[in-house]
Amino acid sequence: MADLSLAKPAQTSAASRGSSLLSMLWRDKLAFVSALVLLLIILCALLGPTLLDDLATRQNLRGRNFPPFSLDRGWAFILGGDSLGRPMLARLIVAANSTILIAAGTVLSAMIVGAGLGLVAGYMGKNISQAIMRLADVIMSFPSLLLAVVVLYVLGPSIPNMILVLAITRIPIYLRTTRAEVLEVRERMFVQAAIVMGAGHWRIILKHILPVVAPTLVTIATLDFAFVMLAESSLSFLGIGVQPPDITWGLMVSQGRPYLNTAWWLAFWPGLMIVITALALNLLSNWMRVALDPAQRWRLEARKTKNV
Amino acid sequence: MSEALLTVKNLSVDFHTAGGTVHAVKNVNWSIAPGETLAILGESGSGKSVSANAVMNLLDRPPAEIVSGEILFEGRDLLKISDEDHRALNGKKIAMIFQDPLGHLNPVYTVGWQIMEMMTAHGRPASAARARALELITRVGIPEPEKAMGKYPHQFSGGQRQRLMIAMALMLKPDILIADEPTTALDVTIQAEVLSLLKELQRETGMALVLITHDLGVVAEIADRVVVMNSGEIVEAGTARDVYHNPRHAYTQKLIAAAPGKGDIKLLDDAAPLLLEAKKLNKTYGEFAALKDVSLTLARGQSLAVVGESGSGKSTLARTLLRLETADSGEAFWKGRDLISMNARDLLGCRREIQMVFQDPTQSLNPRMSVYQLIAEGWDIHKLMPNRSERRARVLELLEQVGLSPEHADRYAHQFSGGQRQRIAIARALALEPELIICDEAVSALDVSIQAQVIALLDSLRQRLGISFLFIAHDLGVVRDFADTVIVMKSGEIVERGPTRQIFETPEHPYTQRLLAANLDPDPDVQAQRRIILSNG
Repeated sequence: MADLSLAKPAQTSAASRGSSLLSMLWRDKLAFVSALVLLLIILCALLGPTLLDDLATRQNLRGRNFPPFSLDRGWAFILGGDSLGRPMLARLIVAANSTILIAAGTVLSAMIVGAGLGLVAGYMGKNISQAIMRLADVIMSFPSLLLAVVVLYVLGPSIPNMILVLAITRIPIYLRTTRAEVLEVRERMFVQAAIVMGAGHWRIILKHILPVVAPTLVTIATLDFAFVMLAESSLSFLGIGVQPPDITWGLMVSQGRPYLNTAWWLAFWPGLMIVITALALNLLSNWMRVALDPAQRWRLEARKTKNV
Repeated sequence: MSEALLTVKNLSVDFHTAGGTVHAVKNVNWSIAPGETLAILGESGSGKSVSANAVMNLLDRPPAEIVSGEILFEGRDLLKISDEDHRALNGKKIAMIFQDPLGHLNPVYTVGWQIMEMMTAHGRPASAARARALELITRVGIPEPEKAMGKYPHQFSGGQRQRLMIAMALMLKPDILIADEPTTALDVTIQAEVLSLLKELQRETGMALVLITHDLGVVAEIADRVVVMNSGEIVEAGTARDVYHNPRHAYTQKLIAAAPGKGDIKLLDDAAPLLLEAKKLNKTYGEFAALKDVSLTLARGQSLAVVGESGSGKSTLARTLLRLETADSGEAFWKGRDLISMNARDLLGCRREIQMVFQDPTQSLNPRMSVYQLIAEGWDIHKLMPNRSERRARVLELLEQVGLSPEHADRYAHQFSGGQRQRIAIARALALEPELIICDEAVSALDVSIQAQVIALLDSLRQRLGISFLFIAHDLGVVRDFADTVIVMKSGEIVERGPTRQIFETPEHPYTQRLLAANLDPDPDVQAQRRIILSNG
């Protein structure tokens, strides 16, 4: 049966690989849009502060809680003004910077450390595994918010410290998932075949086990992204997170909360941004899982047929 | 022939894939009458399962598309009825059993519950289901049926699980039982038992049996009529005897010629120097002794076959020699050095010299690596062949050597058939220029003609490159053609050993005799003769 799916001709150069990835992205329209959205958000995050910082921080008490969808005060106020009369649109764009920095920093470091420890815990002997797993249990059993409060109180609130604290609380999730998968994958025949060929531990972990585990990790990481954005806002709400004049979407949501009765847009727009980012990431990770798996890839290459 | 119960008419099915449309079956016609046994004989990729899957509505559409044809059952065209109506038929009127019973039993429910579900799912009361399940479990010969109802699938052996699947399929007294390679995963002695069980049950219930198989021996043993399929087409149809004795189509002739166990038996060359010598290997798992004082010797350029049924310890023997398992006691000398007590660095060197080909190439090839990466990996590990273009050339050369073509190098394992995958695994083993290749059931998952090709390939490698083989198998026919010496194992012990001719012509141990007797002959007449002898004895 496997013979039915004939392979496409060899792709050796990196350029043709890139273009085939692009065409696979084009196949999945949702993922394609998601990629564009994410690209836009990243551009905002990179360029926003330098271009719009002035506009985003200038207060104008006459424009307090200015309602959205009106061009009376210029395009910057199309999404309304906040409680100090600053344009929402500009603030959203500027806030993308810290938000993405914290969320991406946290998720990446948690994933790398968690997956690394998980691989070791799953692959190595019982004692090392036990030690690592009990460490994870300690982190998990400690109330994460309390841990964050204590650490940030001692170290002082700053973006790097927040990344550190949030990452520590997220590590066990990656660790446990990775370990569970490794325990299964290491028993598979191709790992045995690699041992018979004489492959060392590192080679087996990195070349044979990690690629099989990676899709799961990527999926968890994208789900985690939204969670971290909100966790950061609750820290900011407690006053130990991001400090004004720095802003993040999470901070904007919590600052807009008291005005929900009178000016819904203060909390709504940043909330929407969080949702859009999380959704785009999920759709893209879904595509990536298929595109990176040689056995699934045909779904993105085959022409569509409808004959059910 | 009485009136047909199920008729497949002009069925054509296409599969739409990345590489274009593949015609999986083309204008296939067959029919089956009540109480009849029809065998659909073909190799993997021949489309032998496709028509049966169409009957059961098991084809995923897309990628599959039914282009033309009809499947008539009780006056209705099964291709036109709704999914809902199909569900009402499946299991009740037409039941199916599969090759891999463990994969089709849910591990978290007791088998009793699962067998009863067959009836409760179709709206029968649980008490009736229970009574019927118990009756059938008894009928299919599971010991202590009451107790067995409360056990879980993993507590049964492979043969027992297949019996349970048969019981499950028969719950609603189906008119037709479709058996897709029902005995392929089973030991020869168990296979014979399961086949005779199927035959008895058929006699009792008068059901029609559609048997999908690649094994001529199974056809000879059980089938009334046979259709032979090759690349989506029926090339020959007729009674089992006719097809075996007067095959008209070239493909059928080739298939019959490829059946193992007909070639000349090799004579042992005593002069070759000793390569591997194992002495009194022992290995226990808890209470269970997998190896008991196993000793063997293997000379350069020779092939030693280890034969035994599942659980006999033959795989443990291979794994112990490869240090995938640690032996409890004993020694294994590889060119005079003990593999069992060797340190990691010396072992790395030996790993290059001893390669292994696993039973299931689907699992032994990393799904995320291309063929090139798979074959070249050994060079990375042992820091050989640093030159990239040289590497590529050598990979292509190896692919050619095992009968694949150069353009296969950039594909992935899942894009190949079982036989091709095993060739990739062999090419990977050859890449390191080993002196010994351990084959753990390396051909048992393959089709007969592919099996013959792979065996011929291994044999030519042995002659050309002087590679020795430790060949682990449960199939005696294969061993007969290939091995110089045979070791027969049972429950962790060697019960008989000797040159191939001696084992096959004058077996001494009763277990060896039993194994030889259970081996199915592709000739229906020979099988019929044997049945008579068995029933009289």
